[in-house]
Amino acid sequence: MTDPAGEVAVLARGLVRRFGPVSAVRGIDLAVRRGEIFGLVGPDGAGKTTIMRMLAGVLRPDAGEIHLEGVDVVADPERAKPLLSYMPQRFGLYEDLTVAENIFFYATLFAVPARVRRDRSQELLAAAGMLPFRRRLAGQLSGGMKQKLGLVCALIHTPRVLLLDEPTTGVDPVSRRDFWGILYGLREHGVTILLSTAYMDEAERCSRLALLHAGAIRHCDTPARLKQAMPGALLAVVTRDARRAHAAVEGAAGVLGLLLMGDRVNVRVDDAERRAPELRARLAGQGIADADITPIEPGIEDVFVALLGSGSPA
Amino acid sequence: MFERLYVMLVKEFLELRRDRWAMFRLIVPLLIQVLVFGYAATFTVNHVSTVVLDLDHSQASRSLVSHFVATGRFDIVDIAQTQLQVTHAIDTGRAVVAIVIHAGFAEKLGNGRTAPLQVSVDGTNSNTALIALGYVSLIVAQFQAEAMANAWPLPAGAAAAGAAVPLQERPWFNEGLDDRWFFIPGVIGTLTLIQVVSLTALAVVREREVGTLEQIMVSPIRPFEFILGKTLPFFLIGLADVALVTIFGVLWFRVPFVGSPLVMLLGSSLFLVAALGLGLLLSTLARTQQQAFALNFFLVNPFFILSGFAFPIAAMPQVLQWFTLINPLRYYLVVLRAVFLKGVGVDVLWPPLTAMGVLGVGLLTLSVLRFRKSLD
Repeated sequence: MTDPAGEVAVLARGLVRRFGPVSAVRGIDLAVRRGEIFGLVGPDGAGKTTIMRMLAGVLRPDAGEIHLEGVDVVADPERAKPLLSYMPQRFGLYEDLTVAENIFFYATLFAVPARVRRDRSQELLAAAGMLPFRRRLAGQLSGGMKQKLGLVCALIHTPRVLLLDEPTTGVDPVSRRDFWGILYGLREHGVTILLSTAYMDEAERCSRLALLHAGAIRHCDTPARLKQAMPGALLAVVTRDARRAHAAVEGAAGVLGLLLMGDRVNVRVDDAERRAPELRARLAGQGIADADITPIEPGIEDVFVALLGSGSPA
Repeated sequence: MFERLYVMLVKEFLELRRDRWAMFRLIVPLLIQVLVFGYAATFTVNHVSTVVLDLDHSQASRSLVSHFVATGRFDIVDIAQTQLQVTHAIDTGRAVVAIVIHAGFAEKLGNGRTAPLQVSVDGTNSNTALIALGYVSLIVAQFQAEAMANAWPLPAGAAAAGAAVPLQERPWFNEGLDDRWFFIPGVIGTLTLIQVVSLTALAVVREREVGTLEQIMVSPIRPFEFILGKTLPFFLIGLADVALVTIFGVLWFRVPFVGSPLVMLLGSSLFLVAALGLGLLLSTLARTQQQAFALNFFLVNPFFILSGFAFPIAAMPQVLQWFTLINPLRYYLVVLRAVFLKGVGVDVLWPPLTAMGVLGVGLLTLSVLRFRKSLD
């Protein structure tokens, strides 16, 4: 994680945060390059939100340092504020105010000049597909629209660093596509984006991922390299009764992990060539003759489960 | 900085305007409470239901009973025949006062001997009982004086001379001793405290609940700008409350306002700063609006009781008297009553005004410090 100085937009070293006796974050190092879309992935309680809030300067770390575009966030959070934008899981909107009034409010808080504000809100609303809703009360928007309005408000002051905490949780697929469209556009302009997500397809869109577990980063790399780093190989077992197959395969020799995925079971084995016939025989022995076993490329979810080694969440 | 404060105020105003019931909620309960206090809150005891047991059946005993009726303070609801009926009337609450005149009352009175009269009072409501007993003593004393005058007529001009010191009562500032004159100014302080504290606390906690508070805090706004933007509207609402109740009290209940409106404005402003500080402090102790509401209820009642609004501070235990010293309402009531009824100025009222100023600054500082910490 040593990048040439100046390239790194977000740098955190030895971040620690405790809540009473609980250590929510225990010694995190991060270096996010300018223009990256960096993903924080991990189960609930892994410390994603705590890290986000510390980076945003709203939560003081117990130890460690944070630099954001060269500004020391811990020592001088006020100077970092105009540079960044933080969007929590639920962006705070005034429901009794219209879309335009909410944008006006946040623009003024960040001292965006009136002319810039008009152009920028026009541009952002268009990208979000929300131009017709400018006069609608925020409280009357759908969940996805609210989240997009949150993003518009968060971007109105053209931040250099965007921190998004599970931004698309509970957002419909169309709004999610708009949302990601805006994020890719920002990257073109050199905006650094750090997001946490529980969606694996979303994690795969990131340039790099940090896998978090119990307040520590277990692995940090590009999605492709994380897949390569996954020990063993993956076999997809497709059958009519995946649940039964899951039970049948469990505990077989050479099986490192299992993940039930609807119509199939993803089985991680030490050696695909050798284990595939063995599994076929085992399933047949248990009365499952229709099983189709093929080697597959691991998805990020498989990598996630394999690397965090916490067994099968299914 | 003015831009950010301005946009905070615009936002508050827009939210208030969108809330169709806001004006209704702000004004109607206030006026209803003033009406209730104006008509119902009184210490005067009238028409006390009374049971009479007259075992003497003499002219003197009937005269005594008519003395009671004549004042209008006592209503004879029952003429009992036995002591048992008297007890029953008191037990069931049919009567609050029982007058029992024993046989031989007129005879003893005529002979110049002590004629005992038995009066029992239902002491469940100690206040009413005490006041009723006061009336009883007055009426009996008057009856006694008349009876003595009839028995031993004195030469004209020598009436009562040397017999007693004549007491000339002259209440100042409220010659008619009208309870309303006492209550209405107090109502202004009490209602304003309740409304401003709860409005401020709820408004800040709502921002915390909805998540806008955190959003505002990641913006370059300074905490004091946020706090000013959040409290200034309620300061203005508080002043409007004061003006509304004052005008209503003066026009509807004819409470005199002899003092200076400027002194009133000064006192009200200082009081409102303290009330806003209290509301803000409350908001730092509550995570949800429900908690804020419960805290408000818990807090406002002691402030109300320990203010001298209805119960005299001098009669409270020493410890509670000390507590009243940090109660801004206590000082505000002094100022309100003085401005309404006495018409005195800052030269006289500077101690309570200063006390409110000190409390206001203290509460606001404490709440701002706590507010900063509560953001973490």
